[in-house]
Amino acid sequence: MEEFIEVKDVYFQYEGTEGEDSSAFALNGVNMTINKGEFVAIVGHNGSGKSTLAKHFNSIYLPTTGDIFVDGINTKDDDRLFEIRKKVGLVLQNPDNQIVAGIVEEDVAFGCENIGIPSKEIRIRVDNALKAVDMYDYRTHSPDKLSGGQKQRIAIAGIIAMEPECIVLDEPTAMLDPQGRDEVIHTITELNRNMGITIILITHYMEEAVLADRVIVMDSGNVLTSGTPKEVFAQVELLKQRRLDVPQATELIYKLAGCGFELPKCVLNEEECVQALIKYCSLQKKNG
Amino acid sequence: MPGKSFIHKMDARAKILLLIVYIVFIFLCYNFISLAVMTAFTVLVIALTKISFIKYLKSLKVILVIIILTGILNLFYGSGEVLWEWWMIKLTTGGISNYFFVIIRISILMMVSSALTYTTSPTDLTDAIERLLKPLSFFHVQVHEIAMMMTIALRFIPVLLEETDKIMNAQKARGADMESGNIFQRVKALIPVLIPLFVSSFRRANDLAMAMECRCYNGGKNRTRMKILHYSVTDLIALVFSAVMFVGVILCNLYFPNFV
Repeated sequence: MEEFIEVKDVYFQYEGTEGEDSSAFALNGVNMTINKGEFVAIVGHNGSGKSTLAKHFNSIYLPTTGDIFVDGINTKDDDRLFEIRKKVGLVLQNPDNQIVAGIVEEDVAFGCENIGIPSKEIRIRVDNALKAVDMYDYRTHSPDKLSGGQKQRIAIAGIIAMEPECIVLDEPTAMLDPQGRDEVIHTITELNRNMGITIILITHYMEEAVLADRVIVMDSGNVLTSGTPKEVFAQVELLKQRRLDVPQATELIYKLAGCGFELPKCVLNEEECVQALIKYCSLQKKNG
Repeated sequence: MPGKSFIHKMDARAKILLLIVYIVFIFLCYNFISLAVMTAFTVLVIALTKISFIKYLKSLKVILVIIILTGILNLFYGSGEVLWEWWMIKLTTGGISNYFFVIIRISILMMVSSALTYTTSPTDLTDAIERLLKPLSFFHVQVHEIAMMMTIALRFIPVLLEETDKIMNAQKARGADMESGNIFQRVKALIPVLIPLFVSSFRRANDLAMAMECRCYNGGKNRTRMKILHYSVTDLIALVFSAVMFVGVILCNLYFPNFV
């Protein structure tokens, strides 16, 4: 797979914080690569540096030391700033605060208008983007009458319309109700699968992280562990130690296994959990 | 309010320009006949928008106090036959006709302005203002910034209203009393609402600025638009029609100078 984003030994200190020790840095020597077309979830609890890192991917923040390369371009390269932002779109947490215009389609068009796309082309892109997030029927509505999940999908559409290669979502579901969360996560996975857009999902819901191709766990400004969801959530001990959650189904099976039941090492969702239990029970029956 | 009427189809710039001329002419009406011409024109415009008349009456409700006050003030500033007198106050025939004149004038003015806002989306409106003010950029007026500010302000009015409501409820839940006491106590009771509101607006502004940066906003340089405003035959018809009305007003003023 082709590398798309490369994070090389990045340290970041917020303005106003002082000191040389590691606690003064929001990011403490982060190294990672994100491949083209990948769906990566970055998890970690508050203050682990995951949101700070998200804002580095499209050079909203610049590393204090270290470098980040987006498709070969250093994010510190001021002349190619817009090129980077065209490649990497960022969706923020609060859906209300990132919608600029008073009409859905106008807001989706905002990004395209900024990068100087001709009018006719914008119209096509906006319609396609709205269809991709399943909000086409609401194109002439005012955003303040929509639900949180719908607003967040519009924010995503606004980014898609700019045809980025990668979308970074910084806790897009943190302020949504369960239904809105499902809508947004469904949209994201569709975009990754159907349009081949690289997705970096920052979240603290482990149930969402499970859907990714790869999970990166962050803790105090550094990468704690990474791998496929199976690999990561098999390390229940390590995660618990850092006071991070694992999906409920994973935890159940882990605890049962701890009590001496012979169960698979790691399950990720309810479905797998049920299957594992059924398999175990039928095996027990057979053995009498 | 979205719609497909004749007035909806007009270019927002044409609507704004015609409204300005309309306002000028409404103050150029010197007698009841020219005012009648304007009223007829107003009724026609309202009918063409295909929005219920009740909506327009509701828009009048907002300025009801102003209508009544100006009406009453004009009632006592008139010449002519004295009908009733008490101390310094005189009620005259001229005063009564002034009274009706002013009330009609303000009412139709308000209704036509509402016709503009009812038939034009806020974005179209700000867009039109941006285009119309474009010549001012020659004098280094930041026209794009002004339009952007208007767009954002319009977008965030409902958001901030909702937020105010939430904060008020939160403060009430903590035992704040906002509905009793004299005016000073009430104003003072608003402080715990305004401070959190201010803080959160700054946070919102910060977020919004970041979101706009993420979408490559660079202050309007090389910006294109999805919807391009263009004048059409509709606007020409409206222009001709309005011109006829305005000429009518002038003629009425000239030929019936004393019909007050």
